[in-house]
Amino acid sequence: MDFLQPSTWAEALTAKAEHPGAVPIAGGTDVMVELNFDRHRPEALLDLTRVSELAQWSVEGPAIRLGAGVTYARIINELGCRLPGLAMASRTVGSPQIRNRGTVGGNLGTASPAGDSHPALLAAEAEVEVASVRGTRRIPITEFYVGVKRNALEIDELIAAIWITPPSGPQQFSKIGTRNAMAISVCSFGLALHPDRRAVGTGIGSAAPTPRVAAEAARFLADALDEAGLWESRGALPRSLAVEFGERVRAAASPIDDVRGTAAYRLHSLAIMARRSVSWAWTDYRKAA
Amino acid sequence: MRITTTINGKHRVVDDVWEGESLLYVLRERCALPGSKNACEQGECGSCTVYLDGVPVCSCLVAAGQAQGREVVTVEGLSSEAQLHPVQQAFIEAGAVQCGFCTPGLIVATHDLLERSERPSEPEIREALAGNLCRCTGYEKILDAVGLAAERLSAPEGEAAR
Repeated sequence: MDFLQPSTWAEALTAKAEHPGAVPIAGGTDVMVELNFDRHRPEALLDLTRVSELAQWSVEGPAIRLGAGVTYARIINELGCRLPGLAMASRTVGSPQIRNRGTVGGNLGTASPAGDSHPALLAAEAEVEVASVRGTRRIPITEFYVGVKRNALEIDELIAAIWITPPSGPQQFSKIGTRNAMAISVCSFGLALHPDRRAVGTGIGSAAPTPRVAAEAARFLADALDEAGLWESRGALPRSLAVEFGERVRAAASPIDDVRGTAAYRLHSLAIMARRSVSWAWTDYRKAA
Repeated sequence: MRITTTINGKHRVVDDVWEGESLLYVLRERCALPGSKNACEQGECGSCTVYLDGVPVCSCLVAAGQAQGREVVTVEGLSSEAQLHPVQQAFIEAGAVQCGFCTPGLIVATHDLLERSERPSEPEIREALAGNLCRCTGYEKILDAVGLAAERLSAPEGEAAR
């Protein structure tokens, strides 16, 4: 096995081009588990922790460009106000030790349906910036997850950054786990209200082969809010609307039974999380008037 | 491969490191520092918690090569030759050490908490120690130990020695 340790982004891309089988490693919270249990022995590890560009975030026009190597702990401490949904999701990741190391880039690289950041990224309509020696491209988050633990990266590409626009409205994140800490989600749900364009963003975790949006439910809610004039009036959210939204989110999921929970439980809890999320977010929206 | 790193303030050169091994393995098997414990090897239990450049991490999830040129402090590095660190002393006195396997990780996590927060509330303590599992389930005594250590560390000089 080789241990490749580039110190610049250009070197990292060259290394990945020359060693397409190299497994990128940042916080190691997924990659090292595979190695420790001898489940996987890659031809090389590509350590990205020396590439300082990856550990930076910056404001770029209306958006935030979040380097793939920024840890969850830093998202919570530095971006809690600007990216509330992602920060809420980050607070539920593992433990303090895990949040000190784990990165959103790593979550995207692993692309597990249970990754905590995915519902927040989906709801916020993020884009993933990926690069290779051939160039750079931006992938809409809905096109990034292509199968169970598979993403849209080409073999020579690395994840550079995540582009997220700070929200014009409230965001929420909910997660069911067996306890408060160190819990892989049984299922999770992210919600973003986008009052500037009268849209709703959603993200479902651990309840389908990939993280996915509930597009029909989101359109239904946005249209219903529109028809009732609620985006402008900020009037009370009818309970029936929240319940119906929950049911439609549930309809968008296709979970399985596994060690963490049954499909039936996941569907039930998703409907409730979606209903509660929209109630909480709407309360925040009304208060913000 | 060769790893050059600072461990508990000492410059260390470690040879014959396998590229896929963890910092925990390097500490325990190559540096004769068995304080950090190897329990779950997947970041679940926190028994292997060490400081990496001042930040508490699970050393089982740090690739050895990632520690190249970095500064590592293990539980062995918290005490002086002559005296245990007040956090260590508090764990002993409060009866927070049972089988002892989780203790080194809890000591490092508690040490970090008390560096950041002089008199943490109980929810703050529980949150800070959420990544450390005690298989003996002796959590109440562990919470007592953190409280005792906080009291002593925040007390004025002299009063603490009482």
